Amino acid sequence: MSTFWSLWIIVLTVTNLVLLLWLLLVNRRREVKGPDTGETKTTGHEYDGIEEYDNPLPRWWFYGFLASFVFTAFYLYAYPGLGNWKGAKWDEYQDSWTSVNELRYDQQQAEELYQQTYGAFGKMPITELANKPDAMRIAQTLFMDNCALCHGADAGGNPGFPSLVDKDWLYGGTPEKILETITHGRKAAMPAWGSLIGEESVANVAEYVLGLSGAEHDKTKAELGQKVFSANCVACHGADGKGNQQMGAPNLTDNIWLYGKKPEEIRYTIRQGRNGVMPAQIENLKADKIHLLAAYVYSLSLE
Amino acid sequence: MGSHATLAGDPPVYDFDIVRKFAIMTIVWGIVGMGVGVLIASQLVWPSLNDLLQPYTSFGRLRPLHTNAVIFAFGGCALFATSYYVVQRTCQATLFGGWLVPFTFWGWQLVIVLAAITLPLGMTSAKEYAELEWPIDILLALVWVAYAIVFFGTIVKRRTSHIYVANWFYGGFILTVAVLHIVNSAAVPVTLTKSYSAYAGAADAMVQWWYGHNAVGFFLTAGFLGMMYYFVPKQAGRPVYSYQLSIVHFWALISLYIWAGSHHLHYTALPDWTQSLGMVMSLILLAPSWGGMINGVMTLSGAWHKLKDDPTLRFLVVALSFYGMSTFEGPMMAIKSVNALSHYTDWTVGHVHSGALGWVAMISIGAVYHMIPKLFNRETMYSVNWINLHFWLATVGTVLYVVAMWINGIGQGLLWREFNDDGSLTNSFIDVVIFSRDGYVMRLIGGALFLAGMLVMAYNTYRTIQSANQSSAQANAPVQAPVV
Repeated sequence: MSTFWSLWIIVLTVTNLVLLLWLLLVNRRREVKGPDTGETKTTGHEYDGIEEYDNPLPRWWFYGFLASFVFTAFYLYAYPGLGNWKGAKWDEYQDSWTSVNELRYDQQQAEELYQQTYGAFGKMPITELANKPDAMRIAQTLFMDNCALCHGADAGGNPGFPSLVDKDWLYGGTPEKILETITHGRKAAMPAWGSLIGEESVANVAEYVLGLSGAEHDKTKAELGQKVFSANCVACHGADGKGNQQMGAPNLTDNIWLYGKKPEEIRYTIRQGRNGVMPAQIENLKADKIHLLAAYVYSLSLE
Repeated sequence: MGSHATLAGDPPVYDFDIVRKFAIMTIVWGIVGMGVGVLIASQLVWPSLNDLLQPYTSFGRLRPLHTNAVIFAFGGCALFATSYYVVQRTCQATLFGGWLVPFTFWGWQLVIVLAAITLPLGMTSAKEYAELEWPIDILLALVWVAYAIVFFGTIVKRRTSHIYVANWFYGGFILTVAVLHIVNSAAVPVTLTKSYSAYAGAADAMVQWWYGHNAVGFFLTAGFLGMMYYFVPKQAGRPVYSYQLSIVHFWALISLYIWAGSHHLHYTALPDWTQSLGMVMSLILLAPSWGGMINGVMTLSGAWHKLKDDPTLRFLVVALSFYGMSTFEGPMMAIKSVNALSHYTDWTVGHVHSGALGWVAMISIGAVYHMIPKLFNRETMYSVNWINLHFWLATVGTVLYVVAMWINGIGQGLLWREFNDDGSLTNSFIDVVIFSRDGYVMRLIGGALFLAGMLVMAYNTYRTIQSANQSSAQANAPVQAPVV
């Protein structure tokens, strides 16, 4: 920050604290007792029958208050707080404390500590790792901490988040593809067709799509829907509706539904489109842990 | 007793009508706000209760309704009622402001009703404790300015030479809340029901928690300390312990609270220096906060025996104990390494409620029990035994609530940071949710007991007013101040 704002902060802070200290010290009077009786006198004010004594500040309270000023002085010397003052130098950071320095230091410590475990896993082939119980136990914890929120603790998926335990793969189920998906993430893009083809065609296509997986559907509408499907949907989902893993376009014939199989849910998908996102994990988890997780996801489809 | 502080002249006629209205609404909104609290506590035990009437009854919409109702409707009405009562009696003057006085009542009730409608509808500025959208914010600002005019106008026309300490706190609270509300609510309106904050990013967060923490510091602390400084010595019949302590802790409290808000944003994108500064200011705040507790509790020296038969005084004293406890807990939680454990856990919720139930609600309840008989020309409340019953329901309810949240909060903090040998986390999020369920049940029981106490209070108040109306047609006659 600029020198002006730095001084602004320092002056305001120090002035406030000095004034408080002054207030505390000047108000520390001796005990107010009547000369004759030894009884505590009041200030002489009276409000609606309420009077006020003027007892001295309790000693323990006074010193406690002072102690907090002393602590503050040390703390604001050791840590940033007073404008541009960076605080004392710390050995472990070889610099002043900052939250970034602390984080980097902790990450470095953790990396050194766990490098051996994950580094070894990172060098093993995924197919081999998937059959290694001790590796999979650790991988399951990683999955619970990082993946279960969307894909479910049993990896069975949630609406909008694919199941990882079936044999149906949006982007491919080979070890290489799974690794790629976790590392770089995926962005699906089912366009919104509502305004392009109209609500009637949306309904017709939905009936046709229901028919693809052998579900109950309206045959007349489905026939009309097939024409719209051929004109608009085959580019991604294919002429046979079996999808395309290059684009992450789902197979529509297998009765596995990412966004629900009710007719209104299918119509919604066609009308409004869907934009599923799998976030890239490379920054967060790094290569070795992703390698282990890929093996875990791969192992789920082996069972 | 002849006080040098009183000027000659006719005794003033107090305006108690406005105090009666606000006192009654304190109880009504208390029941509504705490009722919603019990509902959302139940939702955390039985999540299907979210579906009573979706989307209006989802936790996310009812939670701001609960906080607004208990802080601004219940707490606000208690502050209006007591400040209007106290400022008149300690200044020996009737309220200043003419039509502004009833305007503060009807305006405030309108703000509350609008909040109760718009929040379940999902209209929100998304700022915690400042969720109301801009048209309601403007109405609230107008009511608040009227309140300031009435309060300070009454101080100006006082017949006492000094201003009583209770009024310092009420005054500090009124002025600061005006500044906080106006600055934090600054927004760009898009439609009648939607606006965007005038600030962006980390600055927006800092403004929000500068507001948020001082809503606690001024609305829920300074205002209620004003209440404490009148009702504790009055109910105990003892002089206030120390005038010099009042001076020191008043100025220290109001100057330090303003700095402390950034402790709500530890370990966030807020600059490091701002976090450190917020932490040390929060720690220095401990002593000034305790100054109020000491002054209140020591006022009772020589009157401890009164606690035995006076449940109203017991409410006031237990309120002070909870005040002392939460103002110790607060600075501790503001320490960054403690905050790393406590933040985002139920410990925060427990801390807030030991303040909200134990301090704010108990001191308000005590003050209302003190005022009701006086406002309706009765010797005492209809049943002192029922005050006693209410006291135990409230105390046990608060303790259950706070203990449940301590167990949950500390447990959550520890479970979240537990590591396996391989460096992975031991517990997944759902493990910790399952751990928390028992605490949620215990919290629900505590909250329900507290609410039951409020219902007892409502019935007791109803019977008191009813008997007042039956036995005397003068119940609503103006009350003359005693000639002093």
